[in-house]
Amino acid sequence: MAQNSLSLPQSAKEPSNLKNWFGVTPFFLFAILFIALPSFYLVEGSFINQDGHFTLQNYIDLFTTPTIVEAYKLSIKISAATAIGGGIFGFLLAYAITVGGLPNSLRSALITFSGVASNFAGVPLAFAFIATLGRRGFVTLLLKDNFGWDLYRAGFDLYTFWGLTAIYMFFQFPLMVLVMVPALDGLKKEWREAAENLGATQFQYWMRIAMPVLLPSILGAMILLFGNAFGAYATAYALTGGRLGIITIQIGAQIRGDVLHNPGLGYAMAMGMVIIMAVSLAGYSWLQKVSERWLR
Amino acid sequence: MNQEKRKFPIWSWIWFILGAIYFLVPLYATLRHSLRMERDVIGFKAYVRAFEDPNFLQTFFLSNMLAVATIIASIILIVPTAYWIRLRLPQARRITEFITLMPFVIPAIILVFGLIRVYSAPIGIPFTDIAFLQPLTTTHFGTYILITAGYMVLAMPYMYRSVDTGMRTVDIRTLTEAAQSLGAGWFTIVTQVILPNIRSALLSGALLTFAIVVGEVTLASFLGVDAFGPYLFLIGQHKAYEPAALSFVTFLLTWFAMGVIQLVTGGQGQTAGAH
Repeated sequence: MAQNSLSLPQSAKEPSNLKNWFGVTPFFLFAILFIALPSFYLVEGSFINQDGHFTLQNYIDLFTTPTIVEAYKLSIKISAATAIGGGIFGFLLAYAITVGGLPNSLRSALITFSGVASNFAGVPLAFAFIATLGRRGFVTLLLKDNFGWDLYRAGFDLYTFWGLTAIYMFFQFPLMVLVMVPALDGLKKEWREAAENLGATQFQYWMRIAMPVLLPSILGAMILLFGNAFGAYATAYALTGGRLGIITIQIGAQIRGDVLHNPGLGYAMAMGMVIIMAVSLAGYSWLQKVSERWLR
Repeated sequence: MNQEKRKFPIWSWIWFILGAIYFLVPLYATLRHSLRMERDVIGFKAYVRAFEDPNFLQTFFLSNMLAVATIIASIILIVPTAYWIRLRLPQARRITEFITLMPFVIPAIILVFGLIRVYSAPIGIPFTDIAFLQPLTTTHFGTYILITAGYMVLAMPYMYRSVDTGMRTVDIRTLTEAAQSLGAGWFTIVTQVILPNIRSALLSGALLTFAIVVGEVTLASFLGVDAFGPYLFLIGQHKAYEPAALSFVTFLLTWFAMGVIQLVTGGQGQTAGAH
């Protein structure tokens, strides 16, 4: 960085000069090398057929190859289930520790817990759930020995949709708590007082005032959870070793060895995922902006 | 609020207890399983066995080194950038924030897919045979650089946000002006004035990065780096008790990292009020 003594910075008024942009060159160079370039290569590859010519066929095949369609469906199903389930449960928890009247010590305990749980994913999480809900897991045996209720005979299996959903919930609802607590804190006391003075019941206050204000943040947060589950790979891989065919597992198989026998289709599969993630992030940030009108 | 405080918040307690159960039971089950390696005895044998394995030490050490490298490189890259944008280039804020959010659009599995495609072949000048970068994935050193860069990308949203929030709470403009009037150059300002003032933000960004990198498995396994994540996966395939023990240790590490973050950011809020 230049050691010149610049005059006192008044950049608000100062016309943007080219020199200022040099200060952020390293960052943009890094972004180009390790974000833009890899993404560009995937985009490029997705439009090339096996003979090296331009094609749109890969994207058409995306919708006609049964394994890929199934993989997307399963991923979307799991992500939606954990986003809605984790979203509702996380919201109720966030409600409990903010306006729900629980002591403050529980609030900070739950927020720390949530920070831990939302970052505790991958291999250790999968092992923890095998020890809990696996065939010889703690809860499985507890239910069987004490209540005579065999989870696995009842149709549950950790290595399927329901199992993965149960595991993903472990990091989904804490993330919801972390996102919703600031929003719930933003509910103004005056709104409730005004509603009560006008004779509104609790139910009316929640349905007519609090919920409409909170709804964009709730929906936005759920979309965030959706993306969070959709991009997850390590947990599912550690659990099933690649047998449960969600989209990230299929992409992983494609990277390890060209299982689709068409690299271009593999890149298109990756791009399909990026597009879904991008749409959900855009939805999230749009809803976030809408909710900021009232909260904060 | 009054109305709800008057009566006992029964539903709040129910949700809280359910949440606590969901959170604690898997951890208890893991701990319980890890302590039962010897028949009918509760003991730490699985932990002793796990820690004795030289491969554990090696992979765990490597993951910690990668975490440290990622943290240092991220700080070097992001602190001057965030500082410069706050001070002189506010018009770059939007695009920079957009870039730092990219890991939410490009998850690890896609990122590693792209990185492998770009960096496993020599990169040359188009339409010539001149290569100015040999493939990174063919050497150990090159792979370490690549994986560190990948981790920097994954950690960027957290690191950038921490640093940027840290800079918002201190008045970097006044600090810069004061330092300049005392004759400090840019390097001195960033290292001697800005860095110490955002240290708690840096610490929380660093610990989050640490929590992400130490157990990371996707980048490490596809790039063929013998890190802790792939090792844990591997012993999970053919051992029963050691994986549970190491999972519990990983959990404690995550908890430690998050606890310290809570502590320093909570403390920062209080001292900021006292200023």
